[in-house]
Amino acid sequence: MIRFENVGLRYGMGPEVLRDVSFVLPERSFQFLSGPSGTGKTTLLRLLFLSLKPTRGLITIFGKDRSRITREELPHIRRRIGVVFQDFRLLDHMTTYENVALPLRVRGREEASYRADVVELLKWVGLGERMHVLPPVLSGGEKQRAAIARALIEQPRILLADEPTGNVDPQLARRLLRLLIELNRMGTAVVVATHDIGLMDQVDARRMVLSGGRLEIYD
Amino acid sequence: MTSPKASRLLLPAARLKETVSAGIRQQAARTLERRRLTPIVPPDSIAGRAMVLVIAIMTFLSCLTLGAVTLVRDTAAAWQTEIAREATIQIKPAEGLDMEGALGRARAVAASYRGVRGATIVDRAATARLLEPWLGPGLDIDELPVPRLVIVTIDPVERPDFAAMRAELAEAVPSAVLDDHRGWVDRLVAMARTTVTIGMAVLGLMLSATALTVIFATRGAMAGNGHVIEVLHFVGAEARFIAREFRRHFLIAGTRGAAAGGAAAVIVFVVFSWWSSRNVATPEGDQTAALFGNFSIGLSGYLGVALVVLLIAGLTAATSHFTVMAHLKRIET
Repeated sequence: MIRFENVGLRYGMGPEVLRDVSFVLPERSFQFLSGPSGTGKTTLLRLLFLSLKPTRGLITIFGKDRSRITREELPHIRRRIGVVFQDFRLLDHMTTYENVALPLRVRGREEASYRADVVELLKWVGLGERMHVLPPVLSGGEKQRAAIARALIEQPRILLADEPTGNVDPQLARRLLRLLIELNRMGTAVVVATHDIGLMDQVDARRMVLSGGRLEIYD
Repeated sequence: MTSPKASRLLLPAARLKETVSAGIRQQAARTLERRRLTPIVPPDSIAGRAMVLVIAIMTFLSCLTLGAVTLVRDTAAAWQTEIAREATIQIKPAEGLDMEGALGRARAVAASYRGVRGATIVDRAATARLLEPWLGPGLDIDELPVPRLVIVTIDPVERPDFAAMRAELAEAVPSAVLDDHRGWVDRLVAMARTTVTIGMAVLGLMLSATALTVIFATRGAMAGNGHVIEVLHFVGAEARFIAREFRRHFLIAGTRGAAAGGAAAVIVFVVFSWWSSRNVATPEGDQTAALFGNFSIGLSGYLGVALVVLLIAGLTAATSHFTVMAHLKRIET
């Protein structure tokens, strides 16, 4: 589904943040992306999410060469990739329901056509009672679940989660992890960027470890 | 205890109450369903409200400048036409000259020309009144060698051949001097042109300052929306969708501010126009009217104000569009 071959990236004239990174993300796979802070986890996620272009190497996403994807094609490809940001990135002036429905709304779909799906998804992530609440009123865990729901509403083929358990207590972290595993069982590939070893120990999954800009994979 | 009769009476009332409350519940549910979605661009922040205020003030000042330039241009044109509409034949008294006969001949010569609407001799009484401020009342005009005048009214569209008229007058009345006010008109035209050019330059500077202020105020208001653009971008919104949402929001905000400023300027002109029309016969009113005409900016002035309002609203929308595009480009790289 996604293939990286000898990918390198540097910001401006600075040193390479990622060096000779090569891996394949198969369909329906589950993996952790870990490594100490500042080793390029978020940069790698941004490459996966097409918000950065590599300075060298080859990236193939859904069978397309990254360097040949035009700006007009980007939104269409991005709809197949769900992202959960570390800082949630919910819009504070919209309700939880509207935040989760946003990816469908920006595609110009009528609200009546997606209302039931959004409500069902909100119930699935445990926010059925909080759908008309504004994000500033939500707890950290609720915000995280709203962000996950927003990433899933378009039924993406892959979900990228940047430190999804970084701001929640261990009990809630386990619940969120179970949510991601359940999602994976339903057919979505999942990449969880985390440096929480305790969280990784709970699942027998592939580990992609970044260190000094290089990637090592432990299957 | 309620009697059976009372129960029979109460039952329909209870049913009605139930029906009404069910109706209200259904209506509430429908209202919730039809609840309008929150706009994608957040409602005005403090920076947004400040932007609307800045736009209103700058539009007001621009429209005032535009109105003032229109006023000066129209008044200058009116002065020119007034003066160019008349010429004067002055006949100096000379030894043995039959003044009345000379005046009649001069009038006949002037009236015979194409483009002359009429020629009037300024009679003795009127001449005496003209000299009254200098020589005092009760002047006997025959005691002094006072020059006499013939006022020639000219068609401003088809002006007569003054050179030919001057030559013919020199023959018919040697002491007559024809003044076509050319010197005055030329000076007035030069002054009016200078005034209008200065006005246009001031208007140009004012509009440039307004444009720059509007651009900076819009960018300031947009700065708080960076996260909205990013989120929309990351949830798969196309650039033109994001730009359209912001354009629409800022077009409405810009129109609100610009319309308020334009309306305030129009009110100022209407109030001054009303004041000057109420003070027509007073010294203040006459003085103001002599300087500024009737203070009415006319149709072109009002159209100019409308154009300024539209331009500023459009500029606000365009600025938000380019700011969104620049932000998206920054995210992409």
